[in-house]
Amino acid sequence: MENIIEVENLTKKYGTFTAVDAINFSVKKGEVFAFLGPNGAGKTTTIKMLTTLLKPTLGTVSLAGHNVVKKPSETRKSFGIVFQDPSLDNELTAYENMQFHAILYGIKKPDYQPRIISLLKLVELYERKDSFVKNFSGGMKRRLEIARGLLHNPKILFLDEPTIGLDPQTRNHIWTYIYNLNKQENVTIFFTTHHMEEVERMAQRIAIIDHGKIIIIGTIDEIIKKAGTGKLEDAFIKLTGSNIREEAVSVGKNQMRITNKLMR
Amino acid sequence: MTAIYILWLRQLKRFIRKKASIVGALGQPIIFLLAIGFGFGPVFAKAGAGNYIQFLAPGIIVMSVLFTSIFTGLEIIWDKQFGFLKETFVAPVSRFEILLGKTLGGATVAMIQGILVFLITLIAGFRPHLASLPLAFLFLFLVAMLSSALGAAIAARLDDMQGFPLIFNFLVQPLFYLSGAIFPIKNLPPVLDFMTKINPFSYGVDGLRYAFSGVNVFSPILSLSVLCGVSLVVILVGLYQFSKVQL
Repeated sequence: MENIIEVENLTKKYGTFTAVDAINFSVKKGEVFAFLGPNGAGKTTTIKMLTTLLKPTLGTVSLAGHNVVKKPSETRKSFGIVFQDPSLDNELTAYENMQFHAILYGIKKPDYQPRIISLLKLVELYERKDSFVKNFSGGMKRRLEIARGLLHNPKILFLDEPTIGLDPQTRNHIWTYIYNLNKQENVTIFFTTHHMEEVERMAQRIAIIDHGKIIIIGTIDEIIKKAGTGKLEDAFIKLTGSNIREEAVSVGKNQMRITNKLMR
Repeated sequence: MTAIYILWLRQLKRFIRKKASIVGALGQPIIFLLAIGFGFGPVFAKAGAGNYIQFLAPGIIVMSVLFTSIFTGLEIIWDKQFGFLKETFVAPVSRFEILLGKTLGGATVAMIQGILVFLITLIAGFRPHLASLPLAFLFLFLVAMLSSALGAAIAARLDDMQGFPLIFNFLVQPLFYLSGAIFPIKNLPPVLDFMTKINPFSYGVDGLRYAFSGVNVFSPILSLSVLCGVSLVVILVGLYQFSKVQL
């Protein structure tokens, strides 16, 4: 099967701090790929580089055949993303948020109207389509963001901790939608999470990143076998250590700010 | 093009839905008209400078446009903080289109606010030449574009609203007070004279006053050129700042 994501030697440095350190991996078309790591390991920085939000210091990323740095526009059409933090306009309704996205992606009204309706039905928000997003619960916002990420028929869906702060019921629903999407529309899923049971339920392959380096890639069974543990959670802790991590991402960001200030 | 349209429409929708802030933003111009307009009116007339409301009204309209559009531009900081900017940044749209959509949206919103204030000045006794209303709107629109772009360019550099008092007190207020909006800019002390002349909004106020009352210090062509030129520069600076924004 062909690779839909190809990452080579991908590196991001903030001054002297290396957030992502020469990582290599690939994801196959239609695969559900989990990208794991402790807080501050470099997950979000990697996703930002894969999704054109951040320029790599070194290395190349190819998404659906497009070089991310050289062809940002084509790349952007090929993926949808649900960010770790909410990214909806609270002052607009659910439908308007979807419509904004559709027009931004150059979709015409006859195409986006039925698509928005079917996606809102899929995530069970159709009844609330004309409600302002500011009145939505965390779970509803998440579902809307997933629907929005799928609006332009992306080949890849990035989900950065999509179930953070949600109750088990909502988490279960969200993963059910995602599972169905992957099966029915063959959307490649690239996700991060700290819930190992979600990984066990969803992922076909896993990469674990720590201190900016990928320490292992493989199927769940392979990783458990290599770590010599009984469960994925234990394997994860064994491979990445049991110490609590500093949020190195914010350290990196601060360092970046300091460097920027010095350069001004 | 459709991306610019939807960004513009979003600004407009957000503006129209915040009815309280539309009314709230009328407070300051009304206070200026009543307290300063009628308060200084007699002194102004005694000095032989004519009707002060007639002089002040264009300045007050520019004030409302300037404040509204700079703040709309600064709203980009909220978009950063609440994550919405990420949604626009990962879309297949150039940063230039995003900036232009935002700037046009901010300018349109400010124009609406400016027209409301214009109607209020009419009630207060302002009597403009209605024949040159299109020229007046052109000046207003340029002022709106300039301030909206300025707000966006500043917002690109800021991560939160903490720098807001600094911008308001050391940039927005001086731009307004040193624009000849509330006093004539003829025969000023040299420092003040210099500061009003390098302030692009002086040309906006003067141009608007010319369109409304036929009174001017600078030639209207000069005023138009300054506003267009500075707007262009600010948009280019904003674009550069915007291209460097990392989320």
